[in-house]
Amino acid sequence: MHGFANPKRFLALASWLTPLLLAGGLVLTAAALFWGFTQVPPDRLMGETVRILFIHVPTAWLGMGGWTAIAVSSLVFLVWRHPLAAIAARGAAMPGLVFALICLATGSIWGRPTWGTWWVWDGRLTSMLVLAFLYIAYIALAQAAEREGVSARIPAIFGLLGAINIPIINRSVVWWNSLHQPPSITMGKSAIDDIFLGPLLVAVIGFSLIFGGVVLARMRALLADIQAEARLRRRAMEAD
Amino acid sequence: MREALDQWLFVYAAYTIGVGGTLLMIAWSWIAMKRAETRREKARKR
Repeated sequence: MHGFANPKRFLALASWLTPLLLAGGLVLTAAALFWGFTQVPPDRLMGETVRILFIHVPTAWLGMGGWTAIAVSSLVFLVWRHPLAAIAARGAAMPGLVFALICLATGSIWGRPTWGTWWVWDGRLTSMLVLAFLYIAYIALAQAAEREGVSARIPAIFGLLGAINIPIINRSVVWWNSLHQPPSITMGKSAIDDIFLGPLLVAVIGFSLIFGGVVLARMRALLADIQAEARLRRRAMEAD
Repeated sequence: MREALDQWLFVYAAYTIGVGGTLLMIAWSWIAMKRAETRREKARKR
C-alpha cells in the first residue's frame, strides 16, 4: 500500500484508472437507471416514485462513504505524515458533497408524494444536512490551510472529528422517531424485493466507480497544482 | 379536497437532479484536472 503512496507511482496508476472508472461508472449507472426507469413495476405503497430509490440510496451511501474516506485518509496522514493521504482526503470532499446534496434533494422530492412534506427536522434528514455543511466547512478549511501555508494537520483533525456524524446518520432512524423508514439493507439482509434489488445493486456499483474516478481526477488536479507551484517557486528562487 | 399529485413529475425531477449533478461533477473535475496538468507541463518546460 505504501508503494502507491509515491506520487510518481500514483500518477502512473491514476492516468489509466481515472478514465476507466469514469467510463465504467457511467455505463453501469446509465444501465441501472434505464432498468429502474423502464423495467421495474410501481411499488404497492410508493407507486412510481419507488424509482427515485436508484439515485437516492447510492448517493446517500456515497455521501457517507466520502466522509469515511476523508476520515481514513486523515488518520493515515496524521499517523504516517504522508502528503498523498492529505490529497486523497481533499479529493474525496467534493464528490462526497455533491452526492450528499443529491441525496438531500432527491430525498426531499421523494418525501413530498410519500410523506406529504418536502422536509422534516428529524434525526436522519438533519444529520444528513449537517454532513453537507461539514463537507463545505472541510473544503473551505483545506483551501484556507493551503493558501495561508498552515499545516494540513488542521483539516485532517477536522476530518477525523467530523466522522462522529457518520454513525449518527446511520443509527438515526433507530434512535429517534422518524418519517424516514428504518434501514432496508443491513449486513446480509434486505427488506427490498428482488425486483428492485437488481437495478439498485448495479446503480450502487456504477455510482461508486464514478465516485472513485472523480476522487482520482481531483487528486491528480491537486497534485499537478502543487507540483506546478513548487516548480515555479524553485525557478523564481534560482533567478534571484 | 385531496391534492392530486402526478408521481412521474417527482421521478423526472429526481432523475434530472441526480443525473445532471453527477454529469456536471464529472465534467468539472475532468476539465479542472486537465487544466492543472497542462499548467504543470508548462511550468516544467519554462
